[in-house]
Amino acid sequence: MMDLGPPLLSVQGMTKFYGRLVGCRDVGFDLWPGEVLCVVGESGSGKTTLLNCLNGGLEPTSGSIKYETRHEGTVEITTLSEAKRRFLSRTDWGIVYQNPRDGLRMRVSAGANIGERLMAVGARHYGNIRSEAATWLRNIEIDEDRIDDPPSTFSGGMQQRLQIARNLVTKPRLVFMDEPTGGLDVSVQARLLDLLRGLVTELDIAAIIVTHDLAVARLLGHRLMVMQGGRVVESGLTDQVLDDPHHPHTQLLVSAILTP
Amino acid sequence: MGDGTQVRGYNFAYLDEGTKRSIRRIILKAIAIPGYQVPFGSREMPLPYGWGTGGIQVTASILGPDDVLKVIDQGADDTTNAVSIRRFFSRTANISTTERTTEATIIQTRHRVPETPLHEDQILVYQVPIPEPLRWLEPRETETRKMHALEEYGVMHVKLYEDIAHYGHIATAYNYPALVNRRHVMATSPIPKFDNPKIDRIPALQIFGAGREKRIYAIPPYTEVKSLDFEDHPFSIETWDQCCAMCGDTESYLDEVITDDEGTRMFVCSDTDHCRRRRDDGHAGPGEPGEDAPGDDNGGAGKGLPG
Repeated sequence: MMDLGPPLLSVQGMTKFYGRLVGCRDVGFDLWPGEVLCVVGESGSGKTTLLNCLNGGLEPTSGSIKYETRHEGTVEITTLSEAKRRFLSRTDWGIVYQNPRDGLRMRVSAGANIGERLMAVGARHYGNIRSEAATWLRNIEIDEDRIDDPPSTFSGGMQQRLQIARNLVTKPRLVFMDEPTGGLDVSVQARLLDLLRGLVTELDIAAIIVTHDLAVARLLGHRLMVMQGGRVVESGLTDQVLDDPHHPHTQLLVSAILTP
Repeated sequence: MGDGTQVRGYNFAYLDEGTKRSIRRIILKAIAIPGYQVPFGSREMPLPYGWGTGGIQVTASILGPDDVLKVIDQGADDTTNAVSIRRFFSRTANISTTERTTEATIIQTRHRVPETPLHEDQILVYQVPIPEPLRWLEPRETETRKMHALEEYGVMHVKLYEDIAHYGHIATAYNYPALVNRRHVMATSPIPKFDNPKIDRIPALQIFGAGREKRIYAIPPYTEVKSLDFEDHPFSIETWDQCCAMCGDTESYLDEVITDDEGTRMFVCSDTDHCRRRRDDGHAGPGEPGEDAPGDDNGGAGKGLPG
């Protein structure tokens, strides 16, 4: 067996209560560099809570989240100082929201949206920032002429792609995505998925993608976690879980896929 | 001292001693952390927000009976706001006031830094409308405080980037953001960027008061104030292609004045004290357009715009 080194992210016994309500309970998994993990489950099963706990947006009630940083070895996210966590989240991590309006600055140009992270980590050369932004616009198949237009003039699919570019510009090693294709029509979804699959492979990015769409999981995910009522009920290789579901809830989800 | 006609029924310099003490403590903290906005219990003042309530409270707190006060508004000593505030303090504190920069110990200002260099025995008090430089990009106060605490200032450059992308150069002309003491990014209040170099490492103490927003911040003497910029678009100040029409100065900040309803205009020093002093020293400009004035060697005032 190949030696994979330490996992990039290692989660153990992570639990989040909202008062008496359970957000997620006793979630544990390891994620290796370059791996794409999809989290599926019905609405209210705790997927987004899990994602927000992992990316520092929420504080878990208990449990441990260990992250292998580039330079400082393994850090415990739950006890990391806020300064360091915020630094991680704008350099080593990316967060792609379901609604691009949550992740973009709608009133500043597309170029500035892409350049913001570069400037946040100290880039101070306008020409370089701009050419990097132009390169990324090409990568996400948006016409370079739109570089000075604000995202409010973009279509939904373009906004979502712009949000992805804005996150990937600092070459993060881990990207969190919450329903990246939600709210897009099917043809735009297909194009976005194609793009995502290419970028993730090309840049060797690990990703945790929350989705309720099993087709997205099938296309992008190396591994799959199925959640129900805040617990992980089944996990494994994507094809294995989808083609041979063991848990009754997974069987229900798989059988609920419509085939035209 | 003034003319001995302090109004009855008010404490010295209008504010009560407790309030002045609390504001002085805030000022000390602001001086200790250059550029950091310290919250303070801003009081109601007998003039509306936006007219200098923050500056007035700072001035009232640091004013002593021997101080000489100068107040400038848009660089001028004779505008309504400047005259009113001077009169307010000469009546409530019975202090003497002046229009001469060199004679003043405290100078309250809003839009300008005097052209005359300041010295160690002077304090410059600014009236600040919006003390938060990050407000344009981040509306949440909780978030901006955190950004200051963690030195997350990347977004300030997003604003400058937008300027260059849309106008080809950094078009922010006033309230130009600056990094104080290599730590806090500060709003320079509505002074033109022309004045940014004049607040860098100067001998005078500078205190900024925002009454409505309830914040005080300060730049201690000889503190570095660096205007933000890009390596390939360095910070630069406004220049004019002509001189002051009245005193002929080519170095000072010029205001454009329209002199009739046919678009005739002239440029004059915004700092009235500076202009008057130069004229007293025998300098003269080309005069008003159309006038047959001495020294008119640059074709009269007219087309040029600050650029």
